[in-house]
Amino acid sequence: MSKTLFDKVWDSHVVRSVEDGPDVLLIDRHMVHEVTSPVAFLGIKNRGIGVLYPNKTFATADHNTPTINQHLPVQDPLSANQLKALEQNAAEHGISHWGLGHEKNGIVHVVGPEYGITQPGATIVCGDSHTSTHGAFGAIAFGIGTSEVEMVLATQCIMQPKPKKMRINVKGDLNFGVTPKDVALYIISKLTTSGATGYFVEYAGEVFENMTMEGRMTVCNLSIEMGARGGMIAPDEKTFEYIKGREHTPKGAAWDKAMEYWKTLKTDPDATFDKELTFEASDIEPMITYGTNPGMGIGISKSIPNAKDVQGGETTYKKSLGYMNFNEGEDMIGKPIDFVFIGSCTNGRIEDFRAFASIIKGRKKADNVTAWLVPGSHKVEAAIKEEGILDIIHESGFELREPGCSACLAMNDDKVPAGKLAVSTSNRNFEGRQGPGSRTLLASPLMAAAAAVTGKVTDPRELMNK
Amino acid sequence: MAYDKFEILKSTAVPLPIENVDTDQIIPARFLKATERKGFGDNLFRDWRYNNDDSPKADFVLNDATYSGKILVGGKNFGSGSSREHAAWAVYDYGFRCVISSFFADIFKGNCLNIGVLPVQVSAGFADKIFAAIEADPKTEIEVNLPEQKVTIVATDESESFDINGYKKGNMLNGFDDIDYLQNMKEEIKAFAENSPL
Repeated sequence: MSKTLFDKVWDSHVVRSVEDGPDVLLIDRHMVHEVTSPVAFLGIKNRGIGVLYPNKTFATADHNTPTINQHLPVQDPLSANQLKALEQNAAEHGISHWGLGHEKNGIVHVVGPEYGITQPGATIVCGDSHTSTHGAFGAIAFGIGTSEVEMVLATQCIMQPKPKKMRINVKGDLNFGVTPKDVALYIISKLTTSGATGYFVEYAGEVFENMTMEGRMTVCNLSIEMGARGGMIAPDEKTFEYIKGREHTPKGAAWDKAMEYWKTLKTDPDATFDKELTFEASDIEPMITYGTNPGMGIGISKSIPNAKDVQGGETTYKKSLGYMNFNEGEDMIGKPIDFVFIGSCTNGRIEDFRAFASIIKGRKKADNVTAWLVPGSHKVEAAIKEEGILDIIHESGFELREPGCSACLAMNDDKVPAGKLAVSTSNRNFEGRQGPGSRTLLASPLMAAAAAVTGKVTDPRELMNK
Repeated sequence: MAYDKFEILKSTAVPLPIENVDTDQIIPARFLKATERKGFGDNLFRDWRYNNDDSPKADFVLNDATYSGKILVGGKNFGSGSSREHAAWAVYDYGFRCVISSFFADIFKGNCLNIGVLPVQVSAGFADKIFAAIEADPKTEIEVNLPEQKVTIVATDESESFDINGYKKGNMLNGFDDIDYLQNMKEEIKAFAENSPL
């Protein structure tokens, strides 16, 4: 029978299908961080059971860590306590732990691929909805709750009904100045934040084939923002080249054997999907959001839609614009901004910092802007230094911080103050997401850089050389 | 973690007719710093419920004594965004045992089922009827009958059936969770894992 990429990976991991219930799915790789794991570790302790396969779980601290002075003790006692709990839990159960200050530390979805933990055909879970990032490698990867973290620790399995399948095709070539982030924000703006709920998405077509691995990670990362459990892209030569030789990827004969399997990981030509959507790359321009969910995005040249032209309830829409202090019909270009955030599991990789540097080079940070530049990992930080990007950052009046999730969810001190407007390369513009009362515009690193040097929302193409 | 069995719940309900209520609203990230599952109900809808000086916002429904009960009725796409189970914990800890909506985000729905909060998905039309019934009489009762998979507006006897798979239904009725099930098939899992390539 013909199968999709998703079917192939899912079906090969089903230990048992429960009658009138979910599948019992074997998990190959489990990533844990300090925020969603302590109650799970407490749970297995209370049940008097251990971790079944400690070598399949990887721990890193990222959500609740400071991005300055990481060599000093963490000031917030609650955060320090959570970091300590992760360290102790990992040690007690023999789980590898890349804590604060460790050379491999970074955002869980950045370090997984960097060290080859992420592999094609794997099932990967983490107590974080952006686990979908790892789907870029042809893995089934999705976020889980803490009860499920406990299940994986205890039994290496979770119980999930098999989702429906959706394929999203984007055909043709991207326009000048359009990045993977823009492609994702465009798709979400078309589907809304619930348009893919209940589905697992496969991204296909020239745009994704031509995209770098980091670009694919950005796209898959944002799958959850249209409601999908996850998104994936069939592995190809780019995928294999990216993972080859990394610490946790197979070597020698094991590599050859793995490659034989990985090359079968593509959707059969006559396999079918529950839903299939096709978009044209030529319709996509640099995107920016204007509201309080990631589906409220528009091309930079467009104006904020009228309530009557949007899907969903008018009351909710007006509440959202009221929070943002925007009006229907306004242009986004020219709005003065206060903060810029470059980072997160969405756009905190080296290509994102290269894009940022390409715009700020030879320009100065605008006086009215506070900018937080936060690499996704120490490896990204090292590359920023090696490639001379740090010099550009300093010459333009910016500073680089230390790795972590930072202002994406503002659990640490990196909080945008109430009422202030931030252009962020992260993934969510929910009310208060970047700090109580904060207002967020989601955009690409190019758009964020343009805002950082002009002090207002600016079409990045105006600052780019064709 | 064990939870109380769920069979038939008859209660007044709290209406929140806003769409796309995300889990950052249900519980903001800055309240996720605990290492135990305690006290999350205090911060349920924190930023909609309290001003910056911690005084209650009078116009938010949880601060309005007119409304109370063990059932929360939310707008479409309830629980979107972050996978934080803390959102479901906050709902439970506050005292809700059931959330009714015309559409749930996937992870939130699963988290609720795993901790003993019953997510009841009804048609948009029936959700509107529930909102209207509560608006007409805040003391109106809603009955959620899990064995029969039926939700009823008691005053008018209007009802609608809802879906839940047989396995999860059994768990809710008995107060079991998935780990109880998985623990009993550990040998089968180990045999499977040992033949797995990764």
